[in-house]
Amino acid sequence: MAELITYREAVARAIAQEMRRDDDVYFIGEDIAAAGGVFKATKGLLDEFGPDRVRDTPISEEAILGAAMGASMTGLRPIAEIMFSDFLATCWDIVSVEMAKTQYMTDGQVSLPLVIRTANGGGLRFGAQHSQAVENWAMMIPGLKVVAPSNPHDVIGLFAAAVRDDNPVMFFEQKSLYPTKGMVEDGEIVEELGTATIRRSGTDVTVVALASMVSRAEEAADELAEQGISAEVIDLRSLVPLDTRTVIESVVKTSRLVTVEENPRLCGWGAEVVSIVAEECIWHIDGPLTRITTPHVPLPSSDTLEDEVLPSVQRIVDGCIKAVS
Amino acid sequence: MVEARLPAPPSEDLLDIEDKTRLELYRQVVRLRRFEERAYRLFMDGLVKGTSHLSLGMEAIAAGVGTAMRADDYTFCTYRGHAHTLARGVPMEGVMAELLGRETGVCGGKGGSMHLTSVEHGVMGSYAIIGAHLPIANGAAWSAKARGTDQVTAAFFGDGATNIGAFHEALNLAKVWELPIVFVCENNLWMEYTPISSVTAVEHPAADRASAYGMESIVIDGNDPDIVYDHAVRAFDKARSGGGPSMIEAMTYRHGGHSRADPGTYRPEEEVEAWLARDPLNYRDRLLAVGIDESEIATIEDETDAAVDHATEVAKAASPPPLEAAFTNVWADGGWSWRN
Repeated sequence: MAELITYREAVARAIAQEMRRDDDVYFIGEDIAAAGGVFKATKGLLDEFGPDRVRDTPISEEAILGAAMGASMTGLRPIAEIMFSDFLATCWDIVSVEMAKTQYMTDGQVSLPLVIRTANGGGLRFGAQHSQAVENWAMMIPGLKVVAPSNPHDVIGLFAAAVRDDNPVMFFEQKSLYPTKGMVEDGEIVEELGTATIRRSGTDVTVVALASMVSRAEEAADELAEQGISAEVIDLRSLVPLDTRTVIESVVKTSRLVTVEENPRLCGWGAEVVSIVAEECIWHIDGPLTRITTPHVPLPSSDTLEDEVLPSVQRIVDGCIKAVS
Repeated sequence: MVEARLPAPPSEDLLDIEDKTRLELYRQVVRLRRFEERAYRLFMDGLVKGTSHLSLGMEAIAAGVGTAMRADDYTFCTYRGHAHTLARGVPMEGVMAELLGRETGVCGGKGGSMHLTSVEHGVMGSYAIIGAHLPIANGAAWSAKARGTDQVTAAFFGDGATNIGAFHEALNLAKVWELPIVFVCENNLWMEYTPISSVTAVEHPAADRASAYGMESIVIDGNDPDIVYDHAVRAFDKARSGGGPSMIEAMTYRHGGHSRADPGTYRPEEEVEAWLARDPLNYRDRLLAVGIDESEIATIEDETDAAVDHATEVAKAASPPPLEAAFTNVWADGGWSWRN
């Protein structure tokens, strides 16, 4: 059996699945318990698991992530919420300098089995300080795993994999996806980090996307099909580990690559994917390696302006036509 | 000219502490002193690279708190963490080898002076970003409480850490969650090269803030091992029995500069002299005064000297880490791979 649920419902189901399975899993964050989360993605967890395991915190991001880190080093498997991914800037020391390096600096004396989940990205007209897509911040730090699901099934499966992983995992939920729906089968769902999925097979161009860009890439593929262009759409799902095998196999088949990133242009994950393809299979490429990103500007608040800068279906279509021409 | 800040007069009261404990406290102080002196020399000889931050003159705090701790308690140190690591019983060989960047170092040569860690001794790491370890230490305390153990966490930090946000976030959460944690501020009066009093809104940077977070304001003579030990025992008992967090501000002084390259000449001469006269090693006189035989004291000193010599030789003789060690333990599976 399967049912249609929202991305938002999938978050609560994912957390509950792991908390039922493992008593060492605890969940902390701002407004996550009694209020059920500002995006209502954690409703019901306090009732089921109680105030010791589902715990509200003050607005103290360093205290939240520090608590998660210290607990992960001493026997718990904490989940910590940072309400908006923009707020990671206030506790980036704990993430990038403490969590990411401690396993290495101690030469493996400790491991840090923890998950930071956070609402990431634009599309909700929240303006420049509540809309950033910051997955590339995390991607560039050795020692952090980086996951960004595009649909309810992957929210559950990848989250389960993140909780069961013995490393710090950054779990980026694209906040405009919370109301979107997808089919989810009954029973436990567990996916594997570092595995991309081919959402749609094609032969003319490989389109690599992440999170909210996946459905736009699929829409673009529909339009391209009407023009006789067959696009293969890959949902990268995680940036670290990066499933380069699936990307390279696809590019070898199609000879063309387009990446679709929500983040601003410079040093986005697409640059890494493009450089890997350029280094390792350039001889198979027949068109310009093309990146579609948000231009290198902060996200504006007005709906007209935000829609102008976020990668649109039309820009993806245009990018693919450029790549195949 | 900076105004000299002199130590408070020593306490006249003799605390009720067993001779056996006093000998252990003295052993700790001597061990930390001799180790740090040797570490300094090895720096000057070019055998220790990078930087180091010594606890010379501040040994009574690590000694007193370490002696009050139980083997399964947790310690979180700063980049000035040799003393706090050793005070948990970590062998000198492994610490010295880590300073020398050797394979046999406690972190396999990948941590160095500022990141000493020995999980098997409860030393959960030394953190080199000011204040960052305070919220992390909370996490260990939270975990102990959640798991239903009665382990207590000690978090050491300097006066300079009291003006950073993480300090305040950590104190608040520790109290709100009533965590079994003891915060120990080593107030050595100098925030690196600047008098802490010139950049802090209150006289006692830790204790005066503790009261704002529902904790008692405790300021003690951090150069008296008995006093440190006594307060640590009380704070640990309180935490272990569910009484929540404590803050101890221990007044002390660095005998040297902030770090390896700093001779500390910016400090008023009168201040330096007054504090040097209050050396934690004066504790030797108390041992004699309470009737401990000088031969027992001398034995501790001789054994410690021999142990430091031995640790130095063993560390010098050890190999540097194999080059492949640069690529291990990025991840919990031991590897460093980022792609499939």
